[in-house]
Amino acid sequence: MNANPAYSSYDAGRVWRDFPILSRQVNGKPLVFLDSAASSQRPASVIAAVDEYETLHHANVHRGVHQLSQEATKMFEHARERVREFVNAASAREVIFTRGTTESINLVAQSYARPRLQRGDEILLTGLEHHANIVPWQLVAEQTGAVVKVVPIDYLGEVDVANFSRLITERTRIVAFAHVSNALGTVLPVREITRLAHERGAVVLVDGAQAVPHQRVDLQALGCDFYAFSAHKMYGPTGIGALIGRESLLESMPPWQGGGDMILTVSFEKTTFNVLPFKFEAGTPNISGAVGMAAAIDYIDSLGIDAIHEHEQRLLKIATRKLEAVPGLTIIGSSPDKAAVISFTVEGIHPHDLGTILDTEGVAVRTGHHCAMPVMEFFGVPATARASFACYSRESDIDALVAALGKAREVFS
Amino acid sequence: MDLKDLYRDVILDHNKSPRLFGKLEPADSSADGHNPLCGDRLHITVRLEGDRVSDLRFEGKGCAISVASASLMCEAVKGKSRREITHLFNEVHEVLTRHDAPVPDDLGKLAALSGVREFPVRVKCASLCWHTLNAALERSHEPVKTE
Repeated sequence: MNANPAYSSYDAGRVWRDFPILSRQVNGKPLVFLDSAASSQRPASVIAAVDEYETLHHANVHRGVHQLSQEATKMFEHARERVREFVNAASAREVIFTRGTTESINLVAQSYARPRLQRGDEILLTGLEHHANIVPWQLVAEQTGAVVKVVPIDYLGEVDVANFSRLITERTRIVAFAHVSNALGTVLPVREITRLAHERGAVVLVDGAQAVPHQRVDLQALGCDFYAFSAHKMYGPTGIGALIGRESLLESMPPWQGGGDMILTVSFEKTTFNVLPFKFEAGTPNISGAVGMAAAIDYIDSLGIDAIHEHEQRLLKIATRKLEAVPGLTIIGSSPDKAAVISFTVEGIHPHDLGTILDTEGVAVRTGHHCAMPVMEFFGVPATARASFACYSRESDIDALVAALGKAREVFS
Repeated sequence: MDLKDLYRDVILDHNKSPRLFGKLEPADSSADGHNPLCGDRLHITVRLEGDRVSDLRFEGKGCAISVASASLMCEAVKGKSRREITHLFNEVHEVLTRHDAPVPDDLGKLAALSGVREFPVRVKCASLCWHTLNAALERSHEPVKTE
């Protein structure tokens, strides 16, 4: 029995067929793609939307009075509105298109944090962070004399909210953390942590790259000040993403990059900057990317994000059970609140060897440190293998993974 | 691509029981190797007698290819001169990277690594130890600082 009507009609086989790349072969075997946390595949509708834009509507945006420029502008701004709806941001002025999560975080570090931070101010991160949510803060700390502090993780791969309480001080200016850990899948309680940070006057940035494809995100309910994500992890193109920022904060921030589109008037004496969100979008933007991102949101909506969530959680349960039965296999990260990501090691087989052997069976998993070297350090492993699931993943993919792992154990027996 | 070509018995054996594993103390030179893609780390210590590597050890963590390659390399270069080692390195490099390169007879057990060339992303795993050894040998040319 299933309570969710959208989920009860979820047809994983049909969803799988929406993604043309999934029916190709790899090394003579049917592709089993379990690396969606690194980058997800695109459905035919996204490919077609980008293609249609390039074929019929392309011109520069916000510039020409001619028909094509108007069409391109309309499509670009429609995409912004779709992104706003997708995460329930308060206004389209709060939606800034960037190259992706990494650029979004760098924008906040350089434009919000750098002018404000004083020597001895604190930036609080967690031990779960992706390098993209560590290095920009280290750079700005070096530039300003601020200090980076880290909330530790525990053996489940969780971050104890009590530790945030302890580590947020009157010197904490920024608290930055992942909504969902890319390496382990752990979901962090954004609303609770944000409340604690706000009580002490700190501003909150959330790296939402791994959250938006898997669960409903309502920014007005979460209450954080900045939220960053990428299209390519949610069935859209690479090179496009968004920073959602609280309007009052964005208004108070200087532009990050200068160029066309972000100005109102330019003379050699003085330049006046454009209004939000254009102030932060210097140069010709990734228009086709934005169109693709909007099409990806349309696709997610057509399935229903709650139904996707339920489907992936079901697969996570099955995969966890089946993988735990593989001799010598250890799952790293066992929080009860996880996205559909399983990081694991197999005794006696280095993850890199696993990756190669699985690949010869057509099974694509990520192996390595997942751009989260501090997480690997904590668990005392140089690397892990990671299987991650998406809306198009099927139960048979899990069986193919388990069979390929059997093959790896045979090679290394 | 045949897995048996990559994971030959010699490689699996040297992965399971690496030869010359450990650390020489004291050593005449040493170097660290790191492959950030897969997290492989290697530390090589060497003792020199004139122009020859009289003894060496490696330690570290890595995939089967990188551990076996380091183990095979240490066995192969022990007692050899710099010139002989450079010659071997060039041969190994050729075999690892050129798809149609013939496998020279004097490679001995190192020939087991020739299957790696069918797996281009794994070439770095096999060559890490050689670059690390090179760094250790080059460093030994530097004048010893006595402050």
